[in-house]
Amino acid sequence: MDDIVVSLKNITKRFPGIVANDRVNFELRRGEVHTLLGENGAGKSTLMNILDGIYQPDEGEIYINGKLVEIKNPSDAMRLGIGMIHQHFMLVETLTVLENVILGLAEQGLYINKKEISKRIEEVSDRYNLCINPSTKIWQLSVGEQQRVEIIKTLFRGAQILILDEPTAVLTPQEVEVSFEIYKQMIEEGKSIIFISHKLNEVMDISDRITVLRKGKYIGTVDTDKITEKELATMMVGREVLFRLERKPHERKDKVLQVSNLKALDDKGLLALNGLNLEVFSGEIYGLAGVAGNGQKILSEAIAGLRKVIDGKITIAGKDLTNASASEIFAHGVSYIPPDRLKMGLVPNLSSVDNAILRRYYKPPIYNRHLINYSEAERYAKKLIEEYDIMVPREDAPVKLLSGGNMQKLLLAREISEQPKLLIAVHPTRGLDVGATEFVRRELLKQRDNGVAVLLISEDLDEIFMISDRIGVIYEGQILDTFDIKEAKIEKVGLLMAGMKSEREFSEQVCSTV
Amino acid sequence: MTSQSSIFVTLSSTAVRSGTILLLPTLGEIFAERAGILNLGIEGMMIIGALFGFIAGFVTKNPYIGFVVGMIAGGLSALIHAFVSITLRGNQIVSGLALTIFGLGITNFFGQPWINRKFTIPVKDYAIPGLSKIPYVGQIFFHQDLFVYFSYVLMIAMWFMLFKTKLGVHLRAVGENARASDAMGVNVNRNRYFWTFFGGLLAGGGGAYLTLVYAPFWLDGITAGRGWIALALVIFAMWNPLYAFIGAYLFGGIDALQFQLQASGTTIPSSLLNMQPYLLTLIVVVAATIVLRKRHIGTPRELGEPYDREER
Repeated sequence: MDDIVVSLKNITKRFPGIVANDRVNFELRRGEVHTLLGENGAGKSTLMNILDGIYQPDEGEIYINGKLVEIKNPSDAMRLGIGMIHQHFMLVETLTVLENVILGLAEQGLYINKKEISKRIEEVSDRYNLCINPSTKIWQLSVGEQQRVEIIKTLFRGAQILILDEPTAVLTPQEVEVSFEIYKQMIEEGKSIIFISHKLNEVMDISDRITVLRKGKYIGTVDTDKITEKELATMMVGREVLFRLERKPHERKDKVLQVSNLKALDDKGLLALNGLNLEVFSGEIYGLAGVAGNGQKILSEAIAGLRKVIDGKITIAGKDLTNASASEIFAHGVSYIPPDRLKMGLVPNLSSVDNAILRRYYKPPIYNRHLINYSEAERYAKKLIEEYDIMVPREDAPVKLLSGGNMQKLLLAREISEQPKLLIAVHPTRGLDVGATEFVRRELLKQRDNGVAVLLISEDLDEIFMISDRIGVIYEGQILDTFDIKEAKIEKVGLLMAGMKSEREFSEQVCSTV
Repeated sequence: MTSQSSIFVTLSSTAVRSGTILLLPTLGEIFAERAGILNLGIEGMMIIGALFGFIAGFVTKNPYIGFVVGMIAGGLSALIHAFVSITLRGNQIVSGLALTIFGLGITNFFGQPWINRKFTIPVKDYAIPGLSKIPYVGQIFFHQDLFVYFSYVLMIAMWFMLFKTKLGVHLRAVGENARASDAMGVNVNRNRYFWTFFGGLLAGGGGAYLTLVYAPFWLDGITAGRGWIALALVIFAMWNPLYAFIGAYLFGGIDALQFQLQASGTTIPSSLLNMQPYLLTLIVVVAATIVLRKRHIGTPRELGEPYDREER
C-alpha cells in the first residue's frame, strides 16, 4: 500500500523576471528516499523552500498526510513534521551546538535546563553515531560536523519528513558514505527523505524514486531501478550529455609556478598556509582538491598578489614575485579567475565594455593621451563577445544582468585574452549549467594545449579528475600528496582531503574529532 | 574621614549618578545591537525622554512618574526607527541619524516654555542595609537613589537573560544569523521590534534621569552628546551588559570632575574641559577596537542588515 506523506500539486512560484517553479508536481511516500534532480537553477531548492514555509507559492496546493495545508513559515512546517537541512547551513556560528538546538525548541518557559537538553543531544548523537559534543561552538566544527548538527536539530524537533538540500556538495567521498548510513537508519525508523542533488552517481545509489525538474518545469518521476544514469542525464539536461571530454596527451614543459614553504594568515589572523609546496608546469592542468577552508582561497590570493605572505617564496617563470603587487604579478603573465565572479571577478554595476577592458584600460590603444578611447574599448569588447559567444542584452548594460554562465564567459575571455603564462582558476564552474560548464572546461583544456600552466582549484572532485593532468590534495594549509592522473584514485584523494592516510584511520577519526 | 577622602567619595558617588545617565542607554543599545539593529538615534531618544520625563515630573510633582513617562517617550520614538529599519528594510544609519535630528528638533520646539524651569522635588537616597557600611564602596555605590539601584538590577538581569535563558539565545541568534533563526521558527521581526523598543525605553529613561535628578532643569540640547558616548560604550562593553558599567562610570567620573573643576573656578578654559568626554570617546573606541580585534570578538554579524525572508 502506498502511503503518501507529501503531495505538492501544480506549484507555481515567480520571482522578478523568472518563473522558478512552473506547475510542479511532487509526491513523497512514507519510508522512501525520493530525489529531486535538476541542474542549478532548475527550481529544486525553491520548491523545497516552499514546502519548508520559507517561500509562499503563488499557485498550487500542498497536502501533508492527505490533508490540504498552508505552510506560512518554518514553524508551521516544523509542526507538520517537516525538517529541512539547507545547503547553506542554518546555524548561528557564534553559538554552541546546544544553543543552536535550543533555538528550535517549541517548549515555552524562560529558563532552559541545559543539562537535560545536553544529555538528550548526546543520546541522539550516540544513537546515530554522529559524535557531536553539545558545548562546542559551531565555528569550531568542520563542515561535515556542522551538517551532523543540522541533522540533530531536525531530529530533535521530531521531524518525520527530512529535506536534504545538496547535502553531499561539501563532503569528502568518505563523509558521504557515512551520511548515507545515517539516512538509511532514519528510513528504517519510518522517516521519509527528500534528497536534492545533481550528482547522478549518488542519486542512483541512495534513492528509491527520482523526480526531475528542468528550468522550473516538472519533467517526470521514475523508479531508480528502471532507469540508467545516461537516461537520467538526458532528462535533466534535455539533450545528450558527454561524460568525457577529449584530451590530447599531456606535454609537460618548463616550470612556470614554484611555491616553496609558503606561510600566510587568513582574515582572522590564523595560520592558513603552513609551509605549502607546489609546482605547476607549462602545458599541464594541476588540479588542487580539498575540502573548502583548507587554504585554497588563501593560496590563490597569495599567488595573485592579493594577500601578503609571512614566509616562503613564490616564483613565476623563474622570477621571485613573493609579496609583489597584483599588477606586477599580472604583468608577469598571471591571469586570475577568482572564486566569486560577482564580488571579485567583475564589477556588477559596470557594463560589459568596462569589465572587458579592466586588464588593459591603462595601455594603448585603449588608453590614449590620459583618456580612455571608448570606440577602441567597444571594439575590443565586441571582439571578445563574438569570439566567446557571450550573450549580452547590450554592450552597455550592467554585467549583473547577465546569466551566471555568460558572466563567467566574459571573465574567462578577459583573462585568457591576456595570453597568460599561468592561469589560476578557482571554482571556475561553480553555479553554472551543464552547457556553460562544458564550455569553461574545454577552454581550460585549450589553454593547457597552448602551453599555459593552469592551476585549477575546485571543490568538485569529478571536475578535477576529468581535466587535470596532476592532482594535489590540500589539507590544513599543506599539500599532503600529489598524483599523476593515471595513478590517482578517487578513494585515496578523498581520504587525504579529510587529512587521513588510510581507511582505518578514517573510521577511527569520525568519533575522535570532538 | 579626612577631607581629601571625603572629596573623593563625593566625587565618586556623583560619578555613579552621572554614569547612570549613560549606563541605561548603553544597556538598551547593547540589546538592540545584539538583535541586529543599529540605532544611531540614541541622542534623539534620550533628549525626548529628557524633555517629556521632565514635563511629566514637573506636572505630577513625582519624579518616578516622570521617569516612566520619559522611558515611554523614548520607547515610542524608537518605534519610528524600528518601523523604517525592520518593516521597510531601510538604511539603519540614515534612519538613526534622522531620529537624532528629529529628537533634537521636536524637543527644541516643545521645550521652549520650559527653558530654565527647575524641578525642585528632591529624589531621596536610600542606604542599603549592610552593604552601605562597607568603607568607601558603601558610600559610593549603596547610598544612592532608586534609579541607580534600578540600573544595577537591570544590568545583572540583562546579563542573566542574555546568556542563561532561551529568550537570550533568540536575541543573540537573530542578530547573528537572521535566516537561520527564522528557519528554526524564531520570529525575527518581532524580536527586533521588541529589542529596538526596549533600547528606546532605556535611552528615554537615561534622559529623564538627567533632567529629573542629575541636572534638574530643562535646557535646549541638555543631553549634550551623551547619546553618542553611549554608542561608543556599547563597543567598549563588547556587547556584554556586565561590562557596561565600567565605561559608563568612567565617563561619569570625567563629567563629575569637570563639574567640580568649573565650580571651583579653575583657570583651564571651559571649552577645553568640555572637550574631554569626546576626546576620551575617541581614545576608548580606538582602544576597544584594538582589543576586540585581538580577541576575535566582532560586532553581531548581521548588525545593520535588514532581513527579507524571500530574498535570494
